[in-house]
Amino acid sequence: MSLTTTASKIDRLAQLTARTETASGASLWREAMRRMRASKMAIIGAVIIAGFVLLAVIGPWIAPYSPTDQTWRGEVFSNRGEFVGARAENWFGLDHLGRDLFSRMLVGARQTLLVGVVSMLIGLLIGAFVGIVSGAAVTLGGKTGRRIDDAIMRVTDILLALPSLLLAVSVAAVMGQSLTTVMIAVGVVQIPVFARLLRGSMLAQGGSDYVLAARSLGIRKRRIVLTQILPNSLSPVIVQATLSLATAIIEAAALSYLGLGNPDPAVPEWGVMLSAAQRFFDNEPMMSMYPAVGIVITALGFTLLGEAMREALDPKLRG
Amino acid sequence: MLRLVVRRLLQLIPTLLGLSVLLFIWLNRLPGGPASAILGERATEADVARINRALGLDQPIYVQYGRFLKRLLDLDLGTSVQTGQPVWDEFVLRFPATVELSVAAMLIATAVGIPLGYIAARKRGGWIDVASVSGSLVGICIPVFFLAQLLKAAFGDIFGTFGRQSTGIDATSVTGFAVLDGVLTGEFDAAWDALMHLVLPGIALATIPLAVIVRMTRASVLEVLGEDYVRTAESKGLERKVVRGRHVLRNALLPVVTAIGLLTGSLLSGAVLTESVFTFGGIGSFIRTAIDARDYPVLVGFIMFIAMIYVLINMLVDLAYSVIDPRVRVH
Amino acid sequence: MPLLTVDELTVTFGGRGRKDVRAVNGVSFDVDQGQVVGLVGESGCGKSVTSLALMGLLPSKGVTLGGRAELDGTNLLSLTPSKMRDLRGRDMAMIFQDPLSSLNPVVPVGVQVTEILQRHRGLKGEAARKEAAHLLDRVGIPDPTRRLKEYPHQLSGGMRQRALIAMAVACAPRLLIADEPTTALDVTIQAQILELLKELVDQEGTALLMITHDLGVVAGLCDQVNVLYAGKVVESAGRRELFAHPTHPYTHGLLGSIPRLDAPRGEPLHPIRGSINDQIAWADGCAFAPRCDRYEMECLTGTPELTEPRAAGHHARCANPVLATTEVPA
Repeated sequence: MSLTTTASKIDRLAQLTARTETASGASLWREAMRRMRASKMAIIGAVIIAGFVLLAVIGPWIAPYSPTDQTWRGEVFSNRGEFVGARAENWFGLDHLGRDLFSRMLVGARQTLLVGVVSMLIGLLIGAFVGIVSGAAVTLGGKTGRRIDDAIMRVTDILLALPSLLLAVSVAAVMGQSLTTVMIAVGVVQIPVFARLLRGSMLAQGGSDYVLAARSLGIRKRRIVLTQILPNSLSPVIVQATLSLATAIIEAAALSYLGLGNPDPAVPEWGVMLSAAQRFFDNEPMMSMYPAVGIVITALGFTLLGEAMREALDPKLRG
Repeated sequence: MLRLVVRRLLQLIPTLLGLSVLLFIWLNRLPGGPASAILGERATEADVARINRALGLDQPIYVQYGRFLKRLLDLDLGTSVQTGQPVWDEFVLRFPATVELSVAAMLIATAVGIPLGYIAARKRGGWIDVASVSGSLVGICIPVFFLAQLLKAAFGDIFGTFGRQSTGIDATSVTGFAVLDGVLTGEFDAAWDALMHLVLPGIALATIPLAVIVRMTRASVLEVLGEDYVRTAESKGLERKVVRGRHVLRNALLPVVTAIGLLTGSLLSGAVLTESVFTFGGIGSFIRTAIDARDYPVLVGFIMFIAMIYVLINMLVDLAYSVIDPRVRVH
Repeated sequence: MPLLTVDELTVTFGGRGRKDVRAVNGVSFDVDQGQVVGLVGESGCGKSVTSLALMGLLPSKGVTLGGRAELDGTNLLSLTPSKMRDLRGRDMAMIFQDPLSSLNPVVPVGVQVTEILQRHRGLKGEAARKEAAHLLDRVGIPDPTRRLKEYPHQLSGGMRQRALIAMAVACAPRLLIADEPTTALDVTIQAQILELLKELVDQEGTALLMITHDLGVVAGLCDQVNVLYAGKVVESAGRRELFAHPTHPYTHGLLGSIPRLDAPRGEPLHPIRGSINDQIAWADGCAFAPRCDRYEMECLTGTPELTEPRAAGHHARCANPVLATTEVPA
């Protein structure tokens, strides 16, 4: 057999093999990203979130009026119970104090985002810390570790046993009425959720083969926990963080409705606006509708993205 | 079985103890302390001092906690600031209405959620699937109180806007469960009326559990459909209904049962919001006014009460699970 | 006439937005009454898909079937789902790989046996229970009446597979398909289960289609062997002929990669290099070419034909077959 035929044989083979090459070896996250881009849910969610964040950033600048400006107060009071609906100078109409609803919606987006993000971060940071301590204690600590973990899990059990709203009410009762209270109250509710999730995820990872492999290579346990187990346990936490942005915004609205929200009328926030509008629901349903639709769409955006992420990361659904 | 019950009841104790410690700390952290919690915000200094002595707040902290715990064990949850009645009595009076509402909501959620989730999974990607998945996503994103308000505005004329106390129908109370009472005493108009008044709040309260049940059932059925034992059942040529009932549903519903139990516990949160929109005469409405009035003894009592119910429901779910899943029985 | 005739069977997976994948690419073989036929190959070669296609157990959506598969003159591929349901479990039955996951965990073993008796033999109540106990006894499960009330997790691995076999033979089917029935079991149990299958086949005259990657199983059980590669039969012969004279380089490689105790110490193994992922499309040439030591330019032009290069009845799909006996390694 001559050299040239051998070379052409190899070339031909390489050419034919390339045609049937299957994609493999993509990392978990790259694979997840690929699936996210193909998911309608993820795209819709991301678009909604991008729009919402954009609104939160530029909202106060593009608002036609000041959110606290009560220019049309007289008009509202003169036709008692008759609300002024949408019109050329007030696109969404007026609220009960004669303020421009469109401007309040635009400015309120920022507060709403703030409430969601800060509450989520409170829950995430404290919860993740507790979860890491618990998860690491079990993995590293033998008997004492298990005791520490047991104690922590008992406390989170108790917190989980409380209806989230009442937990938030209790926090609000101690701290008084303010936006900070709402954020802390809503965040505290999420702490046990994040803690349990991260701990569970770490324990599941701790039992997997690559940890055993790392250990058999003589890598120290502490190092394995920090460099192997923890990074691999984070994906459910990230999913939960996205989803809890949605619940935080909804819970904050509920707290406002129970009269525990931000009492400062100068700072518009969708949840506060929605609960304030409930009193006037029978006469002016649109006043509730704008903030309600804002909240639902925003919450939906985070939920869609979170769910799409969960699906993309689920190894069972990968095919 | 009995041993499992006893063990679960014993496990209850540390949870409730821990909770009582948290509540005790919470009460002491309240602005103005328990004295102003009892007297309200307009208490004079002298009143506060008197109450503090009376409550033993001059005693060491562990003595105070001991007393607090003893009162809880005696089911002495204190006196409501709003009504002046013992908190426990207020609860017992109002609890049946809330139970009725929660049962109605759970019935709606399971009766609609399980079939819908099942069909969605069977016809994956079909319009029912797409509709129920997106519907449940929207469902969990709507604030409950707003949905209740919407339902009230849209259908209030048909079902009656306000709680059943205001309907003027003369009903005899036997058990406190209005629908049941009506049936028991033969006052079917009262039973019907009570039932009608359950519809809207029931739907509002059912939204979130419904959304969760639909999605859980769907995911669970999808998972079970891919199981080897379903393929085995098919390979035996069994009738479709046997494959679906005995092999798919019986397995797929196991996780859903757990979820239903947990959701029942969290329904009470939603009840506070829903009941206050519909001025429904249950515990929820009462708690709503207690929050407004800073009626702390009621809130403390309610939290203990709910925690107990929650843990009890969890126990029942575990027991139910051990009945329907043979694998659990052995352990 | 053979009991089962499979002719140019193709199975294509595809669906909206996804590239079509042809898992079975024109497979043909026969199974005679009472014969044990092996379908051998690596995982991913299409052997399990073939068996599921025959049983009508592939999902109806996203799967396209082609070719012909006849059981006793009935075309299995064109039967209505309900006719197929009547056939399954009665005329043809299947035994699966993992006995634990193949049994419903929340239904007693007894019910899982009686339900098939009720479906196809109309047995109910006590009669069904009696027959079920008799079946369990026949597949070698001791104390069958007690076992009927137990759940799968209470049985040992071997007993679970016996229970599954009991279900499969409950209606005395003419064709039994066993998909890697011993892979998930301990070695000692494997031998027992194979022994049981052999016994049942001998006693009942049931034909058995044995799907496996284990050449040991083939050597012990099969009359006729079909070797599958990338969805096509590449070699087909009687057991003795195949083991004595493997003709396709793939079969040759499979036999060469088995460690042998009688080989001289230090003798290297001869693994087939690469994996089943390294392949080219059959339309372009021989799918095995990228892993083959013997491929030539003509292997890369069009699908090789199934020929009889060595002896009548010994088919191989290769342009450059192994013909000299001396080349058998080890």
